[in-house]
Amino acid sequence: MSDEEDDIILSELDDDELVQQMFDDLYDGMKEEIEEAVHILLDRGWMPYDILTKALVEGMRIVGIDFRDGILFVPEVLLAANAMKGGMGILKPLLAETGAPRLGKMVIGTVKGDIHDIGKNLVSMMMEGAGFEVVDLGINNPVENYIDALEKEDADILGMSALLTTTMPYMKVVIDTLVEKGMREDYIVLVGGAPLNEEFGKAIGANAYCRDAAVAVETAKDFMARKHNQMASA
Amino acid sequence: MTRALPDDQTLTEEGALVAQNGKSLILACGALAREIIAVIDLNGWKHMDLKCLPAKLHLYPDQISDAVEAAVTQHSQAYDQIFVAYADCGTGGLLQARCEALGVKMIAGPHCYAFFDGNQTFADRGDAEMAAFYLTDFLVKQFDAFVWKPMGLDRHPQLRDMLFGNYETLIYLAQTENPDLDRQAKAAADRLGLAYERRFTGYGDLASHMKNWAS
Repeated sequence: MSDEEDDIILSELDDDELVQQMFDDLYDGMKEEIEEAVHILLDRGWMPYDILTKALVEGMRIVGIDFRDGILFVPEVLLAANAMKGGMGILKPLLAETGAPRLGKMVIGTVKGDIHDIGKNLVSMMMEGAGFEVVDLGINNPVENYIDALEKEDADILGMSALLTTTMPYMKVVIDTLVEKGMREDYIVLVGGAPLNEEFGKAIGANAYCRDAAVAVETAKDFMARKHNQMASA
Repeated sequence: MTRALPDDQTLTEEGALVAQNGKSLILACGALAREIIAVIDLNGWKHMDLKCLPAKLHLYPDQISDAVEAAVTQHSQAYDQIFVAYADCGTGGLLQARCEALGVKMIAGPHCYAFFDGNQTFADRGDAEMAAFYLTDFLVKQFDAFVWKPMGLDRHPQLRDMLFGNYETLIYLAQTENPDLDRQAKAAADRLGLAYERRFTGYGDLASHMKNWAS
């Protein structure tokens, strides 16, 4: 965003300026600068959760908006995500120590026959950043992988991703299996991937189709809030 | 008489109309223009014209259905029949639904590399080629425009393994016998860090669909 990055000494910025600079550096995919800024804020006594939410997640939210609006494209989003990953790598062990709030647990994976994982990885990272625990099953997952992980992890949410027209119908296989086993109502099922759309999500019985990672986070938060409300009123 | 086509750059960016006052129109992806004209010329189907939409629409599959509908509407008065030479092409079934609503036929299958290979053959390969990245003649020639630049590899080569790390092999589905394209496809595989395989397909199911449309 700025042409004067080389002139900026991060440690000389005050907190507000530094956070603004982190937004710029995330936008520009500058991993080393993000890692340096995270260390600076930790040294200044910031709580890891605050750094995560106020600097990294907020910065990625801006990236997400410009991706949605066609200003940024996949390569730039990947670079931004890589920069955020650098910051998250520093914060993750500290978050566990400091008892950051957990919003819920998600099992996520790309479906059987599909090796594409860029979108899934972005969703995983953004969900973690938003306070969800994420169990990432990777690529090419048969239905057994999902079922086993959901049971083992006592998850709240199942996320499935597919990039191909030929593999996206497998999501219905997974959902139908959940129904057959009487497990469907135990989980929030979110689906996503380039060839999917809202009609497809409804047709296969998912709770929601999520257009991008930012939408996935907001949708997951919304469904978790509804789940807690239902439990409270039960 | 062989009909003249614009260069691949124009087919990518702008599309083209190749008309000889035919009664039927094939509305196609620019990536299929040369193959469609070759099949038309081979069979002497003078009643068939070709309108190509910009091949770069493939980079934005969500725009394909609207672009096809606009072109069908634009040309429907001038032709007795319009056929859509697109497969699903990442539209998740939306293009098929749109074509049905418009009352026009389209090509079955998920992508051009599936119908060039033969849809049934492609489906039968199943997960065996899950880690294959496919190129056709057109995509070999336009590799930079469709793969290298849109994926940002010209600007950020460090993204290569993040983008292509799960792939193992680049399979060039060749429509024509062309040693130069073979070399280019091999070079593309090298640039992506993938093993290379060439498979001659000819025009596959495209030719049989066109034969049905021409009859």
